[in-house]
Amino acid sequence: MVIEQDTTFQISEVAVSVEIETPDMTLNIGPQHPSTHGVLRLIAKVDGEKVTDVKPVIGYMHRGYEKLAEVRTYPQITSIVNRIDWVSGFANEIPFIVAAERLMGVEAPERAQWVRLVLSEMARISSHLIFMASYPLELGAATPLFFALRARERVLDLLESVTGGRFHPNFNRIGGIKPVYGSGPTTKKTSMDVPAGFLAETRDAMDKVLGTCREIEDLVAGNEIFLARTKGIGVLPVEVGADYGVSGPNLRASGTDFDLRKKADYLPYDQFDFDVAVGENGDCYDRWLVRLQEIREAVKIIQQAIDGLPSGPIQAKVPKVIKVPKGETYVRAENPKGEMGYHLISEGGSGPYRLKIRSASFSNISMLAWILEGAIIPDIIAIMGSLDFVLGDVDR
Amino acid sequence: MTLAIVFWAELAIKIGIIAVAVPAIGMVLGFAEMKLSAHMQSRIGPYFAGGRFGWMQLMADGLKFMQKEDIIPADADRPVFRWAPALPLIGTMALLVIIPISAAEFGIIQDLEVGIFYALAISSLSTIGVLMAGWSSANKYSLMGGLRAAGQLIAYELPLVLAVVGVVIQAGTMSMQGIVEAQTAQAWPYVVTQFLGFAIFFVAALAELNRIPFDMPIAESELVMGYVTEYSGFRFLFFFLAEYVNMFTMSAIAVTLFLGGYWFWGIPTDSALLGVIVLLAKSFVLVFIMIWFRWTFPRFREDQLQTLAWKWLIPLAVLNVIATGAFKVLL
Repeated sequence: MVIEQDTTFQISEVAVSVEIETPDMTLNIGPQHPSTHGVLRLIAKVDGEKVTDVKPVIGYMHRGYEKLAEVRTYPQITSIVNRIDWVSGFANEIPFIVAAERLMGVEAPERAQWVRLVLSEMARISSHLIFMASYPLELGAATPLFFALRARERVLDLLESVTGGRFHPNFNRIGGIKPVYGSGPTTKKTSMDVPAGFLAETRDAMDKVLGTCREIEDLVAGNEIFLARTKGIGVLPVEVGADYGVSGPNLRASGTDFDLRKKADYLPYDQFDFDVAVGENGDCYDRWLVRLQEIREAVKIIQQAIDGLPSGPIQAKVPKVIKVPKGETYVRAENPKGEMGYHLISEGGSGPYRLKIRSASFSNISMLAWILEGAIIPDIIAIMGSLDFVLGDVDR
Repeated sequence: MTLAIVFWAELAIKIGIIAVAVPAIGMVLGFAEMKLSAHMQSRIGPYFAGGRFGWMQLMADGLKFMQKEDIIPADADRPVFRWAPALPLIGTMALLVIIPISAAEFGIIQDLEVGIFYALAISSLSTIGVLMAGWSSANKYSLMGGLRAAGQLIAYELPLVLAVVGVVIQAGTMSMQGIVEAQTAQAWPYVVTQFLGFAIFFVAALAELNRIPFDMPIAESELVMGYVTEYSGFRFLFFFLAEYVNMFTMSAIAVTLFLGGYWFWGIPTDSALLGVIVLLAKSFVLVFIMIWFRWTFPRFREDQLQTLAWKWLIPLAVLNVIATGAFKVLL
């Protein structure tokens, strides 16, 4: 569906510049450019600073994970999928593991599910803090980066203390989670899944994260220039966003409360009390604000989970060699970047017959050509930054 | 005969002073930027080179730049590309000449009747260098950076000049030395009466220096490195040095015009040493504010700068000129 943008202001400007006819310049933004978050390439036709036409080119980061998954066993695939969106690696594992579990008919014990939930919310915090760090940087403010990264480091330390990995935890097992080092084989049903002192450290780190949110809000949202650069820029109406398959904070900033944490049941989010952050105008500022608010909500969820973490086993009974019975399923989850889904088709072997990965960033940037048309170059950077995509998540 | 010798000796000394001052100021300010930005961001900053505080970091960097290959793109307009970095530095050096450091005989390198007029004219030279660099690099990002700098020049030059007019009216002279003497005579700096002019001058100076929040010609996140994208090695160092020394010279001009220059309550104005200390202290306060801005603010858009300049700064500056003129006539 193609929706025409409002062209009233463009017409008036054309009238001014009609005397000097200059040919459009083709500007290649990327694949090597500081603000394309990796290897996204935009072929932009620019008239001065104004962009008349944009063609996004993707695929420079394609690693063939869907095909690779067909020649791996189920336990091996977690190490692939957490490299899709590398800033929130943990969250990528969850929908895949849940999909495999559903086909096998096993369910992870409650404690394992809660630990998964805590860690995926931590992944959300670390992903959104990266955004809090990089977005002002793209608008020219260097210092918020350090505020955000310092708090993120605390969260990553916690993730590392549990999983052993900061970016690629590879922590989920079918039917449960990996016990921490030295606590015996997976089948030993101990509760030594999170290290000693983890709960107290988490409480401490969450307070730190909230403090950082306050600091960032003061430093960034209180800045007139930041507001001038983001308010009313890159407005995305809900209907257009939905047509393009935009999801996650990008869609919620436009004023809808579509959140799979409330609408799906891949993790026990229904036992937690939290709000879905929703924006109003769908501009860059709202997308920034929604993410800031989501950090706070994630902290709220983690605090509740830490207080009420149930005891019990962390691993359901599964066969030694994982074989998934014939069938297919689709599990979707609210990842930090948006909706992530795995369409898993099994023919009964030890690996999937086909694994289709629906990644959030791919759909989110599908509307780049629409939203960037008619923008000027500084706004391109502001809009692209506010969409918070990761190229690994786009190309897979 | 002896007169000629005196003239040439004097000239040699003056050139020597400028030749020493430019890299020295560049290094001090570059180092200050490193350390201050580090402290603003809870980092340590350079600490290894030189053993203590990393004070040799900038010298090490300078040496590194000199060793690097001087790369000229194949499609570049070679002579223009080669000479572009010289212009900002020439402009900077020419500006240092008219900054008075004391009321003594050698308190200024060259006092001109039209000192401030000269300063405003010369300070635009660096933009020509920027435009040359942008045009000759054969790089689209460079070109856009250069053109942005040119567009910026039109926006800020007018408020910059108009802000100075208030001071000139009040002092009744365009000589830099004369402006300081007028402030010394009344024993308070012009910033008291010309506060609006000072604010406008400072904002416009930031735009002239391409410092954040007006660093659109460079804009790392948009234009890669703007007009310096294709520069490397020694030529890049020229741009770098010119940027930092320009920061100082613009601050020193602002200090001279609005903050009393080398004059301060209770400090004799006929000592070159004390004068230099007072002038440096005042200038470094302004430089500190510029560095502070850089590490705090995001960047404006080019059209927002135009709006700011044409809708706010210029009307306010004109208002300031009219008010100053009216007071001058009435009082």
